[in-house]
This record gives sequence, structure tokens and C-alpha cells, in this order.
Amino acid sequence: MKYLVLIFVLFSFEIQASTITVCKSCKIKTIKEAVSLSKDGDSILIKKGIYKEQSIIIINKSIHLIGENNPIIDGEFKETIIKVTANNFSIEGLTLINVGQSYTKDFAAILVSRSKHFVLKNNTLKNVFFGFLIEKSHYGTILNNKVSSHAENEANSGNGIHMWHCSHMKVENNKVSGLRDGIYFEFVKNSTISNNISENNIRYGLHFMFSNNNTYFKNEFKHNGAGVAVMFSKYIIMRENVFHYNWGMASYGLLLKEIYDAQIENNTFEQNTIGINVENCSRIDYTKNKFIRNGWALKFSGGCYKNIFKQNDFLYNAFDLSYNSQLNSNRFENNYWSDYTGYDLNKDGIGDVPYRPVKLFSYIVNRTPEALVLLRSLFVEIINFSEKVAPVFTPDNLIDKKPLMKKVHD
Amino acid sequence: MLKILKYSFFDLMRSRWSYVYFIFYLALGFVLLFLNNDLNKAVITLMNIIIVLTPLIGTIFGVMYYYNSKEFTELLLAQPIKRNTIFMGQYVGIALSLTLSLVLGLGIPFVLYGLFRSTAIFDFSLLLVVGSFLNFIFVALSYNIALSTDNKIKGFGYAILMWLFLAVIYDGIFLISLLLFNDYPLDKFSLIATMLNPIDLSRILILLKLDISALLGYTGAVFRSFFGTSLGMVVSLLLLSLWVILPVFRMNRKLRKKDF
Repeated sequence: MKYLVLIFVLFSFEIQASTITVCKSCKIKTIKEAVSLSKDGDSILIKKGIYKEQSIIIINKSIHLIGENNPIIDGEFKETIIKVTANNFSIEGLTLINVGQSYTKDFAAILVSRSKHFVLKNNTLKNVFFGFLIEKSHYGTILNNKVSSHAENEANSGNGIHMWHCSHMKVENNKVSGLRDGIYFEFVKNSTISNNISENNIRYGLHFMFSNNNTYFKNEFKHNGAGVAVMFSKYIIMRENVFHYNWGMASYGLLLKEIYDAQIENNTFEQNTIGINVENCSRIDYTKNKFIRNGWALKFSGGCYKNIFKQNDFLYNAFDLSYNSQLNSNRFENNYWSDYTGYDLNKDGIGDVPYRPVKLFSYIVNRTPEALVLLRSLFVEIINFSEKVAPVFTPDNLIDKKPLMKKVHD
Repeated sequence: MLKILKYSFFDLMRSRWSYVYFIFYLALGFVLLFLNNDLNKAVITLMNIIIVLTPLIGTIFGVMYYYNSKEFTELLLAQPIKRNTIFMGQYVGIALSLTLSLVLGLGIPFVLYGLFRSTAIFDFSLLLVVGSFLNFIFVALSYNIALSTDNKIKGFGYAILMWLFLAVIYDGIFLISLLLFNDYPLDKFSLIATMLNPIDLSRILILLKLDISALLGYTGAVFRSFFGTSLGMVVSLLLLSLWVILPVFRMNRKLRKKDF
């Protein structure tokens, strides 16, 4: 009897979860109609074609929107295309294009609010204002999506993946380009951001604020207007990310502001105007990062305490470090500096003479930015040398006592 | 003039110093490329050497050649040849032979290491162009000094002083004035001050072609909008040519009145 009931229950579930097919020649021709007909657990299969629809609203229905052969939903530059407030839903395989711009409302290709346990994957978003706009939601996964747009200025453009008040989110393998901020987080907790590529955005590749306990790894950020900015967050971990080619008057590989207790490990900063710009950040461990051919590898601007730099590679930067105060409580240890000219008599791999990463010229440029025109001139080399021999202007204890003789990474 | 040019040129080409100079650049090129195979990085290192060394060598060679061949020059002057033909021939001869040493000395190792297949070819050719300009400029300047001073030691002293001034002291004064007038807008000033010194101008020209150009943009829109464009490039090259033309012009004027 028991088994019979179980079988019956299972069977009834099977019946409940039906599939609704949408296509131009089907009985159901619009996605909106399909959504209104669907029940919990249903799948809506959208076949190839162009659907000109906006405001597809899914409320409290755990349904799965599945696109077959890339159906296109054209928002015709009006409003948000899909709005969801539901648990256990998924949207995959769709191509959403043409979301309208607005100065007062945040129109998005997919807006998710107050939802839990959802998956958004394999979607392509083009010409959008906001791409994915996710608010007050938890346990979501955003996987393998492509978001692109043609943002022109900051005022009339939106963000690719925008999250607000979320937790336990996973953002993986997405490609975001041509928006204002590629990935934007505000008040997001316990989330993982990995393997994404964010490029050619007019402001930041990644931008987050007030987002504690997040992990970022293996992401690539390049050619963004101002690089990556992270602010006012605690306990974040950044590993194996690549920040490169952020050249410009106010560009950074990574801008850190008011970040506490973070770990920055194994990242690569290549050819940025400023590799990492650090403001008011304390207790951050920088380990095994690579700084290659940046203008400034590191720029400290005040209020930074107890940061530890260990086993980083500083390779061919115009300036390794710029520091604007006489006080220092940051520690540099066992880093490799390509400008190091010391020797290692006992052959233990550690240079016998300490290295001073702050050159006099970088101190001068800090005070008078125009002096930068004298970069690499003979006179500057001479004053740098004299400062190296007898430091007067740079903090006494700002040294790497044990510089490495060989690179950490090969 | 061509005959005299040819004579000075081959005279210098046969001389030991030309070979030393040529071999120095050859060795430098090979060692640099041997130490790091990256052409781009080698170009940066070369720039540091070229903007200091080329002017120095040009200056010394110019003065030395003038004083050494003074007797022969006086002999030539006794012939029915125009004065400026003789000196222009000598001048072009020296500058050309130095340039040849530079171009061949650096060119051979770079070509062997695959310059034509590299993206650095434009930077490298700019480096050679700038190096050649510096040769012509400093040989002209040193010839001017030598023509104005009959005393050999004094002439050498002035020539070295001129090099020291343009390569080091000028930048020192420039930097100090930047620091002193910190409160004023300095963009235009630094732009003009850079352009007035051929060594600084060459340095900036090469730096701009390397990735550091964006770094310069930091100092202000003036620099970026000027040096960043092809107009800036043209103006800079024109200024370098002016640095050749003006000393040569003065040389010719000086010649006319000089009593040998």
C-alpha cells in the first residue's frame, strides 16, 4: 500500500511537470502566454525565431525557460524584457536584445528580485542597458552568459551583471563587454566570482562596494576605462585574476579603497598606468602577485597599515612603489625586484643588501606630476642613485630586507 | 663638396675609432639581445644608452676631427675651393660615418634576432632616426665650438661642457624650476622646456612610442594631446631638423669671417 502511494505520488509529479512549446507556428505563439499558462515545475521550450516582447513577468512560479537554437527576444528598446520573482527557476539558451535606456528606471534584460535558487545560463545579451539586474536574491548561479552593449558615456549606460543585496551567488564563465561597469556588486555576501572576462567597459571591469566575504578568482579584466575598483569591503579573497592594459590618465589595474583583511594572491598586473592604487587599506596580504611593466606597480595614498607584501614579482615597472608619507607600517619581504642591483654572497637566494622600492624620482613626481616628463633622463638616474646610497626623502624603514635574487614565477 | 665629403668619410671609415665605435654598438646590440630575447625591452634599454652616448660621441668626434685635420684643412683652404664647401663636406662626412656606425652596429644584431618579424620594428627605426639626428646635431654643435675656439684644450672643455649641460644640467634646472613653481600650471612650460633641448625631445619621442606614453598623459591633457598625435611627431621631427639647420647656418656664417 505504502509503495503504491509513493508510486502514485511520483507519477502525479511527472504529470504536473509538463513542457510548453512556444514557436511561430505552434498553438502558443508568445512567451507571455506560455508563462501565464504554466504551473510550478513546468518547462517552457522556446523554439528558434524572433519574439518581440517585453515585460515577461514570472511571479512565484518555479518554471524553466529554455531556448532551443538561440531564439531571439527583441525588447525593441522599450523596457525590461524578463522580470522574475520566484524560487527554483532557470532561464537558459536565450538571446535577449535591445533593452531601452532610461535616466530614471533601471531597465534590464533579465531582472530578478527577491528570488532564491535560480540558474541563468548560456544566454546572450546584446544591446542592453542593464544586463542581469539581480536584487535581494540568494543562492543564484549565473553561468556561461555573454553580455555586450555599446555604452557611450557613464550617465546613460548600465552595468552588465548588477547585484544588490544578494548572497551566496555564483558568477562563472561570463563574458561582459561594452557596458558601464562589467560586474557590479553592492551589499553582496558570500559569493564566488570566477573565470569571467570583463573588457572594454567604459568605467570599471569589476566594481564592488560593501560586499564582504567574497571570493574572486581566475577572472580577466582588460581595456576597461578605469580598471577595477573595489571599496569598503572586508574579508575578500582575490586569486589568479589578470588585470591588464588599463592605460589612461585615471586608470588602475586595481583600485582598493577601505578594504580590510583581504588576501590578494597570484594575480597578474600587466601594463596598467597604476597596477594597484591603495587607499586606506589595512591588513591585506599580497602574496605571489606579478607586476609587469606598469607605470606604477603600487601607489599608496595614505592610511595604509599593516599590509604585508611577500614573494611578489616586480618586473620592469617605471616605478615600483609610490608612497606619500614618512610613516610606514607596511612590510615588504622576499619580493623579487627587477631593478635590484645587490648581490648574494652566501648563495641562499636572498640578496645581501636591502632594496628600497621608493625612488626619489617617484617621490618628486608625487609632489609635482609634471616632473614625469623627465622620466629616464640621465639627471633623474643620478639623483635616484644618490638617494639610494643615502636616503633622505623616503621613509627609512620602507625597505625589502630580504629581496629575492630569482623570480617567484618563471 | 662631394669630393671632400667622400674624402672625410673614407678617412674616418678607415680610422680606428670608427671601428671601435661600430664594434661597441655591435657588441651592445648582441649582448642586450642575448641577455633578454625580447626586442621591445632591448629597445627601451638601448634608448637609455643612445640618448646619452650618441651626443657624447658626436661631440668628441666632431671636436677631435676638426683639431686633428686642421693642417690639412688649411692646405685645402689655399686651393680655389669655397670655404663652406670644405667645411660642409667635412661635417657631413663625420656625421654620416658616425650614423653609419650606429645604424649598422645596432641594425645587424637586431636584424639577426628577427627584427622584421617583430612588432618592435617601428620603435627601433624611430630609435635609429633619433640617434642619427642626435649625431648630426651634436657634430654640428661641436664644429661650431671648435671653429670659435682656436685653443684645443679650451675647445674640448667647452664641447664637453655643452654636452654636460644638455644631457644633465638642463634637466636639473628644469626639475628645480618645476619644483619651485609647483603652484602654477606647468603643463605648457614643461612642454616647451622639453622641446628646447634635443636630448629631452628625443627621449620624449621614443618614450611616447613605447607604452609609457599613457604615463605621460597623467601630467595633463596638454602633453597627451600634443605628443600623442601625429602632429606632435611631425613638430618634434621638425624641431630636431631645426637643431641641425641652425648650427649649420651659424657655422657657415662664422666661416665667412674667420681668419685662419
